[in-house]
Amino acid sequence: MSAVPTSSPLQARRHRLRGQLGDLALHGLTLAAALACLVLVGAIVWKILALSGDAFDQFGFGFITGRTWDPVKHVFGALPFIYGTAVSSLLAVVLATPLAIAIGLYLSELAPRGVRGIVGSLVELLAAIPSVVLGLWGILVLGPFLAHHVEPWLHSSLGFIPLFGEPQQTGQGLFTAAVILTIMIVPIVASISRELFLGVPRELEEGALALGATRWEMVRGVILPATRSGVAAAVILGLGRAVGEAIAVTQVIGGGTRIGWSLFPPADTLASKIASSYQGAGSGLEISSLMYLAAILLVLGLIANLVAQVIVRRFDPLRGARS
Amino acid sequence: MTPVIDVAQARKDAEPIEKNDVVFDIQKLTASYGKQPAISDVDLEIYRNVITAVIGPSGCGKSTFIRCLNRMNDLVPGARIEGKILYQGDDLYASGVDPVEVRRRIGMVFQKANPFPKSIYDNVAWGPRVLGMRKDLDGRVEKALRGAALWDEVKDRLKKNALSLSGGQQQRLCIARAIAVEPDVLLLDEPASALDPIATSAIEELMHELKRDYTLVIVTHNMQQAARVADMTAFFSLDVDESRRTGVLVEYDGTAKIFTNPGDKRTEDYVTGRFG
Amino acid sequence: MSRYRRRRIVNRLMEVIATVAALVAVAVLAIVVVSVAKRAAGAISWDFFTKPQALFGQPGGGIANALVGTVLLVLMAGAMALPVGVLTAIYLTEFAPRRVAVPIQVVIDVLAGLPTIVIGIFVYALLVIGHTQSGIAGAFALAIIMLPLIARATQEVLLLVPSTLREASLALGVRRWRTVLGVILPTSVGGILTGTVLAVARAAGETAPLLFTSSIFANTVQTDVTKPLPNIPVLIFTYSEQPDPALHEQQRSS
Repeated sequence: MSAVPTSSPLQARRHRLRGQLGDLALHGLTLAAALACLVLVGAIVWKILALSGDAFDQFGFGFITGRTWDPVKHVFGALPFIYGTAVSSLLAVVLATPLAIAIGLYLSELAPRGVRGIVGSLVELLAAIPSVVLGLWGILVLGPFLAHHVEPWLHSSLGFIPLFGEPQQTGQGLFTAAVILTIMIVPIVASISRELFLGVPRELEEGALALGATRWEMVRGVILPATRSGVAAAVILGLGRAVGEAIAVTQVIGGGTRIGWSLFPPADTLASKIASSYQGAGSGLEISSLMYLAAILLVLGLIANLVAQVIVRRFDPLRGARS
Repeated sequence: MTPVIDVAQARKDAEPIEKNDVVFDIQKLTASYGKQPAISDVDLEIYRNVITAVIGPSGCGKSTFIRCLNRMNDLVPGARIEGKILYQGDDLYASGVDPVEVRRRIGMVFQKANPFPKSIYDNVAWGPRVLGMRKDLDGRVEKALRGAALWDEVKDRLKKNALSLSGGQQQRLCIARAIAVEPDVLLLDEPASALDPIATSAIEELMHELKRDYTLVIVTHNMQQAARVADMTAFFSLDVDESRRTGVLVEYDGTAKIFTNPGDKRTEDYVTGRFG
Repeated sequence: MSRYRRRRIVNRLMEVIATVAALVAVAVLAIVVVSVAKRAAGAISWDFFTKPQALFGQPGGGIANALVGTVLLVLMAGAMALPVGVLTAIYLTEFAPRRVAVPIQVVIDVLAGLPTIVIGIFVYALLVIGHTQSGIAGAFALAIIMLPLIARATQEVLLLVPSTLREASLALGVRRWRTVLGVILPTSVGGILTGTVLAVARAAGETAPLLFTSSIFANTVQTDVTKPLPNIPVLIFTYSEQPDPALHEQQRSS
């Protein structure tokens, strides 16, 4: 498909003109698409902030520390939900990170050839389960299991820690939500970690082993330090995912505005509150308050995302060692 | 600063190699990756405190051979050996022998310098720390860096990142790192091939110092380097037979003999540059 | 215990821990799949896929309406997201100067990480307030989710095209736009397709974006895209929030 000019110079000029127009058109079209993405993100941020305007006018920043959510009295506050989001997400990250790193190490260092591919695919499959299905499973299987087997045990043996209060019948609560979130975060962090560990140059690994180090010592001394920024970014990405998850959490968390020590009773997160109120929201102020919640959620999600990106782009300790 | 040795002169003045202790007794070694043997039926002995060079055309299995000596080939899936390698009388590949222990005693320096992305100090100290040699770590690090002829150049910036050193310095750092764990043997796989001539001669001088305390085996594709540095030389070549290309040991003798009066025609062809 | 022995034990321990971790992940996957499948087995039948929902409290019926709706939504979303995603990726790999490319890259990664419920609310605010819910609004929300996935996948594949290929084409005197459309894109089609399929699969399972945009629907098969389209994820979600056991079995099948 060449544009070799044919006979007359006039025809050649027309070819060239068409070519130049074609180039311009493609450039313009693609640029427009790229700009559309920019505009989209801007529009999302702006629209959410705009809609929360009413609630912001009414409550100001005090909304963030307000503890009541009462549609009847028209008093709204975000604190219970911020608490719910924080606890469920942080607990999920604490549970998921060691597990995911261990899986990443297994897949990159330990597993024999054939097993590597299969297990790797299975872990990715875990990530592909739609959140609503996972939430459904949480309601039907995980919740009762935790309620009847795990929570009573935790309460009886570690009940002196206020985290483990009275178990609930249905198993709907922060604890169950955190476990579901853990299941969602692990595949993400594990996949990224595995890629990172595989990316450590072979010479570095061999250098360590040639000194007489065991495999684990090599991992601890070379692989983990070299990938720490990438893994940190992956964890933060996972945190962002946990913070933003609405559906599965709504299904298993039960709903409520309690702020207390125990992990077991029902509660709500920012996302789950928004999701569960989708049909019932009445007054404009309530809607605006829900938007305010969404705005807070948006900000949290943005922070997590941008921090992860900065870490990846700036702080890679391997930068000098790559050939 | 180490005194400059007139290597050529020293070689001429040297007496014929005495049979020092045998450090490695290699018997009928055949190493394969998968089905194809990379080297076949290698028999030789390596002596203590002597520099042994392994030379030959590319692809003849020199690296494979040397990596058998510290069980680095274990890391390659599908790698197998037949035959025996006795290290100071003990079979390296006997069941129950832990490669980790083997590698502590038989160290390796690689073709491309591979310092860890840590400080200079931590690079050298990491091995001893992990292995439990924690007493007087500072002293150990200094001794290793001196042994690698690097101390004077880096003593004021031990905390700086190792990657800030030049290529030749990084390679000497890798040597320091290797000797910090007090091995008996040092295997060097084309240690100077990525370096400029000045850095290369620094490494070659260093090797003469090192042979006092360690046994050295060096793989090199540079014949002049072998002639300058080695006491004993092993010449490997390719045995092309139908569809298989296997490395074999052709001749093994004192360096002077290999280069001036080789016994095998293949050796003669190679060292005179007729091929390879 | 000698230092050496201790090191060996620690090494072994770590190996065991890592293996157990991997087993746990696989086990969880198995448990989820099996327990959902077991309970769903009873309800799956030809009827299940071809009949619309039953009325509240009555057994029988199926998910035909939701199935059709989901397919429609996902197709529309793909039609919206694919061109924009591919074009953006082309811009990033072929035209953008470095200083412009980085911020756009950042923005796309941000888009990929936005909570899906926020996206749903955005579209709700944009298209639903003042009108009604609609299939188009739902599709638009899904498209926003698919966009960064398609753009990233396309970008990766485009970057794989060796620069020698580009140079050869340009050296022949072929114009930029022809090179891109006629040489580079065709070689990347496979990767773009894979990326799209993955994005589609992801979008098909998303509930949150549809909650506000296409969630109030009836029991009948609906193809009018200006009205809310029934869809599987929301169906599951709504049912799961209600206590009717007969419906539960149907959800699991979905």
